[in-house]
Amino acid sequence: MQHVSPIREPLVTGGKTYHDITEDVCRQVEAKPNIRWAAALAVALVGLAIFIYSTYRTLWYGIGEWGLNKTVGWAWDITNFVWWVGIGHAGTLISAILLLFRQKWRTSINRAAEAMTIFAVICAAMFPVLHMGRPWLAYWVLPLPNTFGSLWVNFNSPLLWDVFAISTYFSVSLVFWYIGLIPDFATIRDRATGPIARRAYAFLSFGWTGSAKAWSRYETVSLILAGLATPLVLSVHTIVSMDFATSVIPGWHTTIFPPYFVAGAIFSGFAMVLTLMIITRKVFKLEDYITLEHVESMNKVIILTGSIVGVAYITEFFIAWYSGVEYEQYAFINRATGPYWWAYWAMMTCNVITPQLFWFRTIRRSLTATFIITIFVNIGMWFERFVIIVTSLHRDFLPSSWAMFSPTIIDIGIYVGTIGLFFTLFLLFAKFFPVINMAEVKAILKSSSEVKHHPHGTMHGTDKDSHTNTHP
Amino acid sequence: MQDRIKYWKGIEELDNTPEFAKHAHNEFPEFLPINEAKGESASTGMTAPRRDFLKLLGFGLAAATLASCEAPVRKAIPYLNKPVDVEPGVANWYASTYFNNGDFNSILVKTREGRPIKVEPNPSSTLTPMGTSPKAQASVLSLYDNNRLRTPLIKGKEAKWEQVDSEIRSALAKVNGKVAFVSSTVISPSTKQLINEFGAGQASFEHVTYDPNSASALVGANGGVVPGYDFSKANIIVSISADFLGTWVAPIPFAKQYIQNRKITADNANMSRHYQFETIMSLTGANADVRVPIKPSEELAIVTAIHNGLTGQGVNAPANVDKKALENAIRDLRANNGRALVVSGSNDAAVQTLVTAINKSIGAEGTTIDTASPYLVKQGNDASMLRLIEEMNNGSVGAVFFYNANPVYDHPLAERVKTGLAKVALKVSFADRVEETAALVDYVAPDSHYLESWNDYEPKRGFLSLAQPVISPIFMTRQAQDSLLAWSGNKTTFYDYIRNNWRKGAAGTDAQWEKVVHDGVLENGTSMLALSPASASTSATDGLGRAPRAVAAGSIEAVIYEKVGIGTGSESNNPWLQEMADPITKATWDNYITMPRKMAEEMGVSQGNVLKVTYANGKTLELPALIQPGQAQGTVGIAMGYGRELESMPTAKGRGANAFPIATVADNGILFTGAVQLEKTGSTVEIAQTQTHHTIMDRIVVQENTLANYKANPKEVTTYVRIPTHEGPAKPAAISLWDDYEYKNHHWGMVVDLNSCIGCGACTVSCQAENNIPVVGKEEVLMRREMHWMRIDRYYSAVEHEAKDYKTMEDPAENPSVIFQPMMCQHCNHAPCETVCPVAATMHSSEGLNQMAYNRCVGTRYCANNCPYKVRRFNWFAYSNNDKFDFNMNNDLGKMVLNPDVTVRSRGVMEKCSFCVQRIQLGKLEAKRESRRPVDGEIVTACAQSCPTNAIIFGDMLDPESRISKTLAREKGERAFHVLEELNVQPNVTYLTKIRNLA
Repeated sequence: MQHVSPIREPLVTGGKTYHDITEDVCRQVEAKPNIRWAAALAVALVGLAIFIYSTYRTLWYGIGEWGLNKTVGWAWDITNFVWWVGIGHAGTLISAILLLFRQKWRTSINRAAEAMTIFAVICAAMFPVLHMGRPWLAYWVLPLPNTFGSLWVNFNSPLLWDVFAISTYFSVSLVFWYIGLIPDFATIRDRATGPIARRAYAFLSFGWTGSAKAWSRYETVSLILAGLATPLVLSVHTIVSMDFATSVIPGWHTTIFPPYFVAGAIFSGFAMVLTLMIITRKVFKLEDYITLEHVESMNKVIILTGSIVGVAYITEFFIAWYSGVEYEQYAFINRATGPYWWAYWAMMTCNVITPQLFWFRTIRRSLTATFIITIFVNIGMWFERFVIIVTSLHRDFLPSSWAMFSPTIIDIGIYVGTIGLFFTLFLLFAKFFPVINMAEVKAILKSSSEVKHHPHGTMHGTDKDSHTNTHP
Repeated sequence: MQDRIKYWKGIEELDNTPEFAKHAHNEFPEFLPINEAKGESASTGMTAPRRDFLKLLGFGLAAATLASCEAPVRKAIPYLNKPVDVEPGVANWYASTYFNNGDFNSILVKTREGRPIKVEPNPSSTLTPMGTSPKAQASVLSLYDNNRLRTPLIKGKEAKWEQVDSEIRSALAKVNGKVAFVSSTVISPSTKQLINEFGAGQASFEHVTYDPNSASALVGANGGVVPGYDFSKANIIVSISADFLGTWVAPIPFAKQYIQNRKITADNANMSRHYQFETIMSLTGANADVRVPIKPSEELAIVTAIHNGLTGQGVNAPANVDKKALENAIRDLRANNGRALVVSGSNDAAVQTLVTAINKSIGAEGTTIDTASPYLVKQGNDASMLRLIEEMNNGSVGAVFFYNANPVYDHPLAERVKTGLAKVALKVSFADRVEETAALVDYVAPDSHYLESWNDYEPKRGFLSLAQPVISPIFMTRQAQDSLLAWSGNKTTFYDYIRNNWRKGAAGTDAQWEKVVHDGVLENGTSMLALSPASASTSATDGLGRAPRAVAAGSIEAVIYEKVGIGTGSESNNPWLQEMADPITKATWDNYITMPRKMAEEMGVSQGNVLKVTYANGKTLELPALIQPGQAQGTVGIAMGYGRELESMPTAKGRGANAFPIATVADNGILFTGAVQLEKTGSTVEIAQTQTHHTIMDRIVVQENTLANYKANPKEVTTYVRIPTHEGPAKPAAISLWDDYEYKNHHWGMVVDLNSCIGCGACTVSCQAENNIPVVGKEEVLMRREMHWMRIDRYYSAVEHEAKDYKTMEDPAENPSVIFQPMMCQHCNHAPCETVCPVAATMHSSEGLNQMAYNRCVGTRYCANNCPYKVRRFNWFAYSNNDKFDFNMNNDLGKMVLNPDVTVRSRGVMEKCSFCVQRIQLGKLEAKRESRRPVDGEIVTACAQSCPTNAIIFGDMLDPESRISKTLAREKGERAFHVLEELNVQPNVTYLTKIRNLA
């Protein structure tokens, strides 16, 4: 058993009982949609419509609808891809690595973080397909037995590694998330009054009985999946970084990329989780479960990873100078002082300077400041990928081919559109799925809850506990 | 015995159950639901006919829908009687000739299944054996121009030839006044004779010749001809504003001669020295060893200074001109008596007479000028055209014919031509479309394309070349000469006319004639072209002492110049030429005002700002500015050939502005220079350039050195990058991580001699024609999406800068030296593109080629990103059958130019230079069929084939006797280098360092 220091701040405030947890979390699912949620969904659906229109233009007319050219063959597409994949890192990190490290504070945020991972990876996965000249042949990148002759994929290509990395990550994350949802679905099922809801949640809960055997298996599977997912947290962005690191383009061909990308991914993922959680706790009144303590813990991770990223930026410059390679040196000077200097300095400001404000405890614990800074980090991390991809490509070896890239309305539409897609999925999730892992929060309630005398019971109260009953 | 054997249909028959017996008499013993649908259900007692009906209805509907979804049937109709020589899949070549405004090329026309698809040089010609001009390459596309006239026109209405003939004959019979025949230079002996015969039938007749980019003064100063320049014999070449490699007189023969004396090896390290005094940065100036920017008004002073310097009267250079360079030029000219040549592109008679005098004094006549064999490609006489315009206006002209002439567009007095035309009773044009002049005439008798016509040519005295039709006229057009024959009442065809004409001397017997038709050329000294009486040549000293044309001090001088691609505008509807990057500015689709940077900064003008140009004659035009390094201070340059407004030229319509009207008419001639005023208009037009960065940023991507260094030690002229290792500096290839490919049969490679490349761009158009490369239009070029597989990188030397001062490095010098570097797929042996493709759509062949499998490509563009040379091109859209790209690949006629051996790429796939793999395969198959190995030179890429200076050598590097192997062996460690060698991608393309013969 773990020892919990009595002076630690409680993870659940407000003197909640087991029943309170159930009520607080299920309320969102069972109640009528509130107006703020509906308004948010409407905005997200507009974004989704933009995505559908931009995708239609891209698929119908061709990649020429984007701003790419003979010199810059990737720009917003792969920037968005890497950005979304990076965002998708936090969920698994929180669930898997923090589970292995027995970090209890993860329990109230892991569900939403994992959902965010899944949706972010869905958004990310759009781009490798959409950016293809002939997306209807996208399945050719899979090593499928085929009748085209002896055609096989090229295992030397980092893009193929990407296919494996992303698809593995997505499937493991999805299963991990879903396994965690099963006991909570059962709770909702048991409380459900309408026939549709009961049937739907009965289906989703896979006939969960809540027996000791079921709980034991649940715990075992969670642990196994955590073990599986942990290396994936590191491998996915490592492999994504190899798209660049294994190439010959100055600014891409860099051995520092794998750790630097992983740190950057966690950085952006945590920032996105915070952005979403700050909104969710407000909208769904979950302040007692997602506390300032959570925010502060996550902000500490942001300082750490932000600083790693900052060091990586500076190291790249040092290595460019130290290598003595002219093209490499130019690529970095050009990043900072060339025509895309604004992108570089936007990245530096957002990623390196702003997170350092979290060294101040008041800022770290201020929700407003945290919200603003996480937005900055999200912007900064988008620019990081833009800087790496576009400023490296636009001026590579032969000056005769140097060119500029500027996005078209369709480029912007697809990016904004994936944000719409993401929020549509997230809002649907927040409405119909339990956003906080009730089962796991209940598990830590005894050890980490704020003691408060409740009118109708104590923290040990079990009388009203709706803790998943078995079927008779 | 056999009768006893019983075969059962099934186990049921063997068992013979009652159920079976009941149905045994039926043909189909099983119950068939079809009966039910037929309504027999009632009798058989079956139910549910409605459901089966619906089932069948559904099936029928689906089947009918599917059947109607089938792709439209494309009918391929076989020959009923196969024409002789036409083998499906096998190309035929026919000798012919391309001639357009001085640009002369003896060519072979490649035809497939009866369609001409490619123009190639005719190696039998001694004038143009190696390559062709970009215009000649593109001319095959003009044949398939959808906007050519399909029938003759009478007052703008479609008509029949018989009607046109009878009306013109009767009009000619009662013509009142002079009959004028206006043409650009005619170098066809038979045509010229025919015109004269046609004229002889008229009461009063004049054949007026004028050239849009006139060389009237040059011709006038040399007895009616262009002197027989031979640049190959000149050690010293001094050119004053003559763009003899690009547009002046006969650029392709000149380029061949010029480069003969500039191909060097360590054993023979001698090359000519070329001084260029000019205003705009021309292609020729870009190749000069010493280039001096001058104002157009200083041309006379420069020529006078050279003349005086040679006669020992002291050099008196204009104030702003580099005096040292001028003195060096004079010193070199004097030291190379009989081995030097001076040429001038000026159309000022005073300048040209002095140049003629200078060439006499340096002993050029009989040495570097072949006096017996002058060039005949420019015969235009400005004065006679000016006189004719006045005669038209005063009503003394009764009939006028325009043949290869469009004065309403390309004459400075176009307005006067228009008013004059209104007063002429009979106006006939032979234009192939309703161009500016044809829109104002009564009869348009459309001439056939040159590939549909017979013709003969004599570009240089004693050098005959023949043109033969390679396809029947596509439309109801008729060769102009046949029209003239018809209107003279002559019943013969022009073919018989030529044949008869040649029978008189050049080819007496049928065997001789057939040999000429086969070879395309006859260069035994026979001359057939009779020139009109030479215009009176002015005396040699006319220019001496004459004051330079008055140009107000401080005013801006303009030069109207001809571009290598668009020329004088006669083929401006050709999309290949419109999209061809100008060799110097790398701009496509438009013209613009070139101006030096200093002047632009003083005026507060940046590139793309639209300026209003007001000429001395009051005419104006508006064009965007283009900052041009090397342009003389206080001057601007404007290209002719743009500003088309008629529907008959949709490709050229609305592109740029017409510069012809602002040329100056003075002293009975046309000057393409003069003072202008510039005003900013406040608007901006983007210029679509394929290269926007102009310096090499101190990188070792293109290498050059001086002749002095080369002579001192040829092993020191090229920089080789070495990688530091613990064992000392190593060749990049020596520390490779990769296994090398083993080539057993062939290893194809290419050598590009930067010393021979003049940057003309013929290879890029040739590549486009050979490989079905789409035209994408100005908007897409602005997006940096041109599809050319091959480009010519043009770098300017930068201003003086300190190392690592990147901002300054980007600025071209005020008068930079220029270097060209043809750049195409380098076919790397360790290709970065090959490893990154997820579906292995680009891979290495067993012969060293980097190949693209288009139908495997899914279009991730990773290969293009990872290409250090940026030579891969992506199909951003569908470029064929797409109204957004309404060029030749969007109509059935334009598609006839496509090479059937090369796939037309679909949208979303990557493409790039293939080393013309279709030609390699063809060559290997031919050799295999004859059980031999391919002979060196038999397989040649389109770019190498069309290079007028043989700068590109293609061949098998495994064959020790091949030209490429010998060149590589010779130049190894001297001039041979790979671009970006330090990347160890090991290209199969090798470049040879450029050597400059600096003074």
